[in-house]
Amino acid sequence: MVKPKVQVENLRLSYGPKEVIHGISFDIEPNEILGIIGPAQSGKTSLLRCINRTIEFTANARPSGVIRVDGVDVMDMRNVYELRRRIGMVAPLPVGLPLSIYDNVAFAPRAAGMKRKSELDTLVEKCLTQAALWDEVKDRLDSLGTKLSGGQQQRLTIARALSHSPEILCLDEFSIAIDPVTTMRIEDVLKVLKKEMTIILVTNLVQQARRLAARTMFLWNGEIIELGPTEQLFGDKPKDKRTYDYVNGIFG
Amino acid sequence: MNRPADTNISPTFGETQFTRKKQRQEFTAKCFFGGMAALMVIPLILIVGHVITQGWHSLSWDFLTTNPRMGGVKGGIWSVIVGTLYIVGISLCVSAPIGVLAAVYLNEYAKETWFTRIVNLAVVNLAGVPSIVHGLFGVGAFVYAAGMGKSIVAASLTLAIMTLPVIIASTKEALSSVPMQFREACWNVGASRWQTIRRIVLPNSISGILTGVILQVSRAAGETAPVMITGVAIYKAVEGTGLFLYDPFREQCMALSMHLYYIATQAHNAPKSLPFAIATVMIVLVLFVNLTAIVFRSWLRSRRKW
Repeated sequence: MVKPKVQVENLRLSYGPKEVIHGISFDIEPNEILGIIGPAQSGKTSLLRCINRTIEFTANARPSGVIRVDGVDVMDMRNVYELRRRIGMVAPLPVGLPLSIYDNVAFAPRAAGMKRKSELDTLVEKCLTQAALWDEVKDRLDSLGTKLSGGQQQRLTIARALSHSPEILCLDEFSIAIDPVTTMRIEDVLKVLKKEMTIILVTNLVQQARRLAARTMFLWNGEIIELGPTEQLFGDKPKDKRTYDYVNGIFG
Repeated sequence: MNRPADTNISPTFGETQFTRKKQRQEFTAKCFFGGMAALMVIPLILIVGHVITQGWHSLSWDFLTTNPRMGGVKGGIWSVIVGTLYIVGISLCVSAPIGVLAAVYLNEYAKETWFTRIVNLAVVNLAGVPSIVHGLFGVGAFVYAAGMGKSIVAASLTLAIMTLPVIIASTKEALSSVPMQFREACWNVGASRWQTIRRIVLPNSISGILTGVILQVSRAAGETAPVMITGVAIYKAVEGTGLFLYDPFREQCMALSMHLYYIATQAHNAPKSLPFAIATVMIVLVLFVNLTAIVFRSWLRSRRKW
């Protein structure tokens, strides 16, 4: 039995008086791709923000329960920046920081104290290559990240998430702003990255979860409806009728 | 192809009575708004033009660079200009750093608690307090309680207190114009709040911050009431024409706003063009400061990156 990479135990989250996650528990194995599917407002993004503790920046958010990364409760971690560096986060909409393409990728390593130009150069090239963007921007690394097209900016965001060598990569509906061809290229990249890291893939495209994830979780209204091998959820006989309806587009 | 027999929909993208009506509306609106904008310019030209033509006789290089004599009626206004620079300069050195740092705290660090709510309320309300009330506070706090006496620092600190809330408000405005998603992106990769502020938030809001600060400089330079009761003298004989005419901790000084008030209303034997000349110098000084702000801002804007 492998030790789980992330353990979530009885996680509850409320914004003010409204509870949005109602006590969910699950494990994520190391080096797996866990797909999370579910309609809007079901708590997918909030769940990710609890894992890297950026939920703390939302004033009225009250999480409770335990999240362990490598067996350590994230709430006990004194160095929250180190925790966030171990978790790469890609938001649904691309965010190119108002810096050059190079500085966008070098931002995190610099914030962590890396200074040497040669190290940074290597790292920037490696991350941009992994994010399938290097060939398009290698001649203009000094131009602004915000001037790139939406799809390119999203790949830049992925490169930035990879720049601090995370052990866990959270992708929050990464493909809604990019074209299908690029999406396929990034999906290929993810299959390779799986060897190095654990990937949490939140997606609205149920077929994307089917293509990539070994296990898939169906989250609905802050509760896990079903979590199991992807074939089970997408097959003819998922455990819950609602899963079948959602996956096959006959929900509601 | 069968189109519905509706004459309102033009099949050829041609002109109909509806497009003509729309164009007429557009034209009227444009003229109306444009006229209002033009109306704003007229008083400016009239006032500035009047002041400059009336004061032209007294303006000369000597007028600017010699000290006033005989109660300010004769001589120039050099020590008056220097006094204004002292007061405004010192007040800026106090209010700008405190104001900007307080705004960074309120906008970037503070969670919404009863404490920050009180601070924000105080900022908004202090910004609306009349300047003479700030002056009276300055008399009580700096001149008497702090034992500064009527002096340049007392007047400067009074002006600093007066401009502080507006600087805080405008700086907060500039900071909050930086999109939240930039901050979140930085936090996600393990940057601390300070790293985020230094690398992303400040560089992208600095033009707005400086604009707010510089506008307060010109406001401070024009104030009469708060400085006349805290540290500005009606007439003060000074020697020499250097920049270091005053000792800011012990002495009072002269200031343009006060000098103008005195010459225009109290000194009966002054030449008629003298107050206009002083007013011209004030206007030019304020315009110069604002112009610097505009040039600086457009330079910083051109470097802004989104």
